[in-house]
Amino acid sequence: MEFVQQLINGISLGSIYALIALGYTMVYGIIKLINFAHGDVFMVGAFVGFYAITGLGMSFFPALLLAMAVCSVFGVLIERIAYKPLRNATRIAALITAIGVSLFIEYGTIYVRGAQPEAYPGDVLPSTSFHIFGATISSQSLFILGTSVVLMVLLQFIVHKTKIGKAMRAVSYDAEAARLMGINVDNTISATFAIGSALAGAAGVIFGLYYIKIEPLMGIIPGLKAFVAAVLGGIGIIPGAMVGGLLLGVIESLVSAVGYSLWRDGVAFVVLILILIFRPSGLFGKNVREKV
Amino acid sequence: MANINRKKGFWLSIVLALAVYVVGQVLISGEILNSFYINTLFFMAINIILAVSLHLIIGITGQFSIGHAGFLAVGAYASAIFTMKLQMPFGVALLVGGLAAAVAGLIIGIPSLRLKGDYLAIATLGFGEIVRIFLLNVDYVGGASGMQVSHLTDWTWVFACLLVTIIVIVNFTNSTHGRACISIRENEIAADAMGINTTYYKVAAFVIGSFFAGIAGGLYAHNFYIIQPTNFGFLKSFDILIFVVLGGLGSMSGAVIAAILLTIVSAFLQDYPETRMIIYSLVLVVMMIYRPKGLMGTKEITQFFTKKRQGIEGGESDGKHTAA
Amino acid sequence: MANTPLLKVDNVGIQFGGLKAVSGVNAELHQGELVGLIGPNGAGKTTFFNLLTGVYVPTEGQIMLNGERLNGLAPYQITRKGISRTFQNIRLFGELSVLDNVKVAYHSLARHSILSSILRLPSHFSGEKEMEEKAIEFLKIFKLDGLRYEMAKNLPYGQQRRLEIARALAAHPKLLLLDEPAAGMNPQETRELMELIAFIRKEFHLTILLIEHDMPLVMGVCERIYVLDHGQLIAQGSPEEIRNNPKVIEAYLGEEVS
Repeated sequence: MEFVQQLINGISLGSIYALIALGYTMVYGIIKLINFAHGDVFMVGAFVGFYAITGLGMSFFPALLLAMAVCSVFGVLIERIAYKPLRNATRIAALITAIGVSLFIEYGTIYVRGAQPEAYPGDVLPSTSFHIFGATISSQSLFILGTSVVLMVLLQFIVHKTKIGKAMRAVSYDAEAARLMGINVDNTISATFAIGSALAGAAGVIFGLYYIKIEPLMGIIPGLKAFVAAVLGGIGIIPGAMVGGLLLGVIESLVSAVGYSLWRDGVAFVVLILILIFRPSGLFGKNVREKV
Repeated sequence: MANINRKKGFWLSIVLALAVYVVGQVLISGEILNSFYINTLFFMAINIILAVSLHLIIGITGQFSIGHAGFLAVGAYASAIFTMKLQMPFGVALLVGGLAAAVAGLIIGIPSLRLKGDYLAIATLGFGEIVRIFLLNVDYVGGASGMQVSHLTDWTWVFACLLVTIIVIVNFTNSTHGRACISIRENEIAADAMGINTTYYKVAAFVIGSFFAGIAGGLYAHNFYIIQPTNFGFLKSFDILIFVVLGGLGSMSGAVIAAILLTIVSAFLQDYPETRMIIYSLVLVVMMIYRPKGLMGTKEITQFFTKKRQGIEGGESDGKHTAA
Repeated sequence: MANTPLLKVDNVGIQFGGLKAVSGVNAELHQGELVGLIGPNGAGKTTFFNLLTGVYVPTEGQIMLNGERLNGLAPYQITRKGISRTFQNIRLFGELSVLDNVKVAYHSLARHSILSSILRLPSHFSGEKEMEEKAIEFLKIFKLDGLRYEMAKNLPYGQQRRLEIARALAAHPKLLLLDEPAAGMNPQETRELMELIAFIRKEFHLTILLIEHDMPLVMGVCERIYVLDHGQLIAQGSPEEIRNNPKVIEAYLGEEVS
């Protein structure tokens, strides 16, 4: 059935959104910054994966790991150079800086390698098809879904079962108190960026494998949509980003399925505006009042 | 005495405005400037209108709106429809463009009341994108290939609109209404507590700001022969945002100066769009780190020209100690 | 003294999720009184102020000003009905001058419209002139007129507090709420503040409700005192009565003093 097919497409798309959204939500949770450049880290991951596979002849997993590692370092660099000096600045200043960094990465990439797109080879992952409920599922989809799930489970493990994860949670509740407890806040923030960026890098490789075409400005729209997904789930809340991403992917696919495919990009923004009007704290969020 | 100073300033401004107009007209009709310079001049004026209109929303009222290109688009397309499809005169089309954008401003302004800071920014960004995507999918206005528009913009129109925009916003700012908006920017909770209807003024700022963005849209549409949805994406919003931020959040003269400077930079880097973006983004980041106040902070250029007398019993004001 | 109280608070409370920040508070203020509101930190005093000024909407009970119900009105509407306030953490309009800060409080009394200001009609000029004159007169009363063009954020702390009170008064309230006005002040400044409060009460025929931690100030200047703890009223009465009330002592010290 067409519906089931679109549902599966939606979940695959959604898991990509979810991986990117996790980075947004973790960074916002810890320093209350919307990291506009996050979508561009996703783009960098896609390109690193591309060059690893075509240039260095790597297979899927090594390429994935390389992309994650590079993006991880990249994310920390961005944080240290551009965001750290603005830790105590106004939110507007930080947001503007993030926008500036994002544009710098995009147009720097174009300047360096040109704006032409690249195509991921189609044979990196084994491609057999399964037929379930009248829908065709490619093994690629399953692979991608599987990888995303593994990464998300890994993230949950890190956040809840490791020391650094505990530090991240502490700093996001109250940075001052965490500092007084002996937690190195700077390093914790950098670790957050590192992990979030690694996930975005993975999403980039996965995107390339699934959708084949990549280009320097590819991060803008998925980045914005992933941010919407994070807000949908409740910004700052990790399970929220996962659910939000999957939900958004499914909604988008269904909208496309019922015939409004030209509007699919607009779906995310309509969802955003609805959420901000009716439930700004998101699906899983709590209302935090400003102290008067 | 203050009255005489104010009257002097008033007549001086009139003379100055007239001079600029005449010089511009002479340079253009006398064909002293080639089309590149004329275009740049028009672009400059349009950018100043955009910068000043966004300044009212962000700089004065503190509402972080980064989808301004959406209002520009509404104005551009609305006015283009009136000239190209409905054969209306240019002046009427411009006004319609402004009004249509003002309605959009009203639509955006109302939900914005519930949103603050980052959330408002993202919502306005989303609005801008929705407008663009909407236009992309409507065949009546040409969809992705856009709409052809006759060249009706000339120096008189551009200058007149620029003058009106500046006068309106300066007059608004230097009044109790401007102070009300600034108080919202400074401390919204205190503004509420002092009897300011913050809802009314936030929406008013959006409506007035978007009206002028719409006018700019009309001028823009009728200057470049064709308008397409891609002209009105986030990059355009960002271009306008950088005028206001670079100039100094809260300074109208800063926004004007930044608009002039960046239009010139943009014109000369026309053939190197990536370089332009790299320079813009670097300037933005560096400025936010080292001089977040921008060029002028919240000061106005008039403050450098008039002597402010403070603290003397019966002392005079320069008449302009609020803003602009 | 009028028979109907200026402010009548009936069983007022507010609940945030599962937490009852304020509950079952009954209070009355008569015209011209100077009443104190005390209680340990976190007792709900500022929350109570926020309820009175419309920042929060009560989830139970009602608030009446001169017999008129205030529940659900927007803060600016409540201000225009006659309640004005200062804040625990100073909330001045930093980038506006001292004069402009006060002018903002006169805004609700201005009669010239946006259109009249844009077109610079005569009503704009006369309206602005009136605001300027009134605001300067006001500053003179508070001895701040010499600083009128200073940016509010550049003022020293003590003068900022004074400006905040001046601004709150410029809104022409019948009831003035002062939230810890003496916070951060040395004894000399506190004494001056006491004089200022007594002065403005007389001069402007005000009713004042004062939150304070500075006991000498409260005991010395208030005629009556309400005591809040964990969101509930645990005592009320004259300074003498409150000083010796065991419940009050327990709330502050945590145990009975034998």
